[in-house]
Amino acid sequence: MTDFGFTLSRSSTLDLQKVDEGRFEQLCRLEKGAAVCIGCGSCSATCPAGSLSGMSVRKILLAVRRGQDIHRMLQCCMLCGKCTMVCPRGINTRHLILSICSIYD
Amino acid sequence: MNGNIVIIGGGIAGMEAAKALLALGHTPILVEASRTLGGHVASWHKLFPDMSSAKNLTARLQSEISGANIFTDTRVISLNRLVDGYSLKLSNGIVINASALLFATGFNLFDAAKKEEYGYGVYDRVITNSDLEAWFSGKEDRRVPKVPESIGFVHCVGSRDLKACNGQCSKVCCATAIKQAIEMKERFPYAKVYCFYMDLRLFGKKYEDFYVNAQRDYGIQFIRGRVSEVGETFDGRLQLKAEDTLSGKPLKVCLDLLVLMSGIVRNRSIEELSDMAGLETDSDGFLRSADNEYAVIESNRPGIYYAGACTGPKTVPETVAEARSAALAIHSYLESL
Repeated sequence: MTDFGFTLSRSSTLDLQKVDEGRFEQLCRLEKGAAVCIGCGSCSATCPAGSLSGMSVRKILLAVRRGQDIHRMLQCCMLCGKCTMVCPRGINTRHLILSICSIYD
Repeated sequence: MNGNIVIIGGGIAGMEAAKALLALGHTPILVEASRTLGGHVASWHKLFPDMSSAKNLTARLQSEISGANIFTDTRVISLNRLVDGYSLKLSNGIVINASALLFATGFNLFDAAKKEEYGYGVYDRVITNSDLEAWFSGKEDRRVPKVPESIGFVHCVGSRDLKACNGQCSKVCCATAIKQAIEMKERFPYAKVYCFYMDLRLFGKKYEDFYVNAQRDYGIQFIRGRVSEVGETFDGRLQLKAEDTLSGKPLKVCLDLLVLMSGIVRNRSIEELSDMAGLETDSDGFLRSADNEYAVIESNRPGIYYAGACTGPKTVPETVAEARSAALAIHSYLESL
């Protein structure tokens, strides 16, 4: 291909219609609470691994919902369960994380 | 003065007040501009959060106020302040002297066509919350596809929007959107249903349960982001753009139907009347109460009271409670004369 000295950036737009919701639906069957997240971020704020690794349960769940790759996003989780303690929607986030791991295995 | 009471507006506020006044031994005069009683609620299909029938409510109220003097298809064309009351001239020529007035003049729905970027009146597949309620009630609407695969709801259309000249929250549309989304999902279980919101304000009794049900049991997707524009695709569908603010990415989606949650704005058709009565307008454009915390149903004029959405957006239970409260206040006022 001819090199013009510049390239086009790939669009970052998310096309909702093309989102593969298969994994999210699978997750909802394993952990019903996955659907009721309101994205408040309390799980991520309380996460002891979050400040060091950037890990965020909220972002991971959103990525699953949007059919995106979550490669290595969960590897810093220590399964301490603090996120489960604080979730205002009563989501068993610890079980949610284990369920996500089982789907993406 | 003669103790006459005139209720202006025959929606649920006016009807409930008439019912309460009848029970207190008065014979109120109810004046309604349109041909039928019931106001906005009469054109609604179901009410949140219990999904009860709106028509049953208005029909029951109507049957309970047969003892009142009711004028439909009638407007108040002039209003004079007297020393001890008010003199009203109706469009049917009747003149009434009254000791007390109740403004139950309600609201207007925001004209969604003013938000051009959403394409109401431009594209075939864009309707409003009130169009959808009419369709639920059995009215034909060729804009609603036979089997829509994807449906979007836009919250806050003409509410909390200074560009639409209405900075206030319309209060009831969040719960209405969830109710309508659930009703659509019940009719079209395989459709994807998206709600685009800025904030969800589910303040009332059981509204939050309603929200959780929508997410968990109906799989309705809530996307935090204000819709920036809607366009039409070559095959007549809609393409919507917004930001998925939780992931910080621009987002687009193709839809078969878009429902705009038109907000509650003041009733402009009563401005002349409220001026003649010497009533004040609050900074939000609605009628000004004597006190927004303690005396919402009282006006700045002796003998004039308010009920319902003429002082701002209200839910059905709030409106009914205000109507009863205003009826009692009018009763005490007449006793004190």
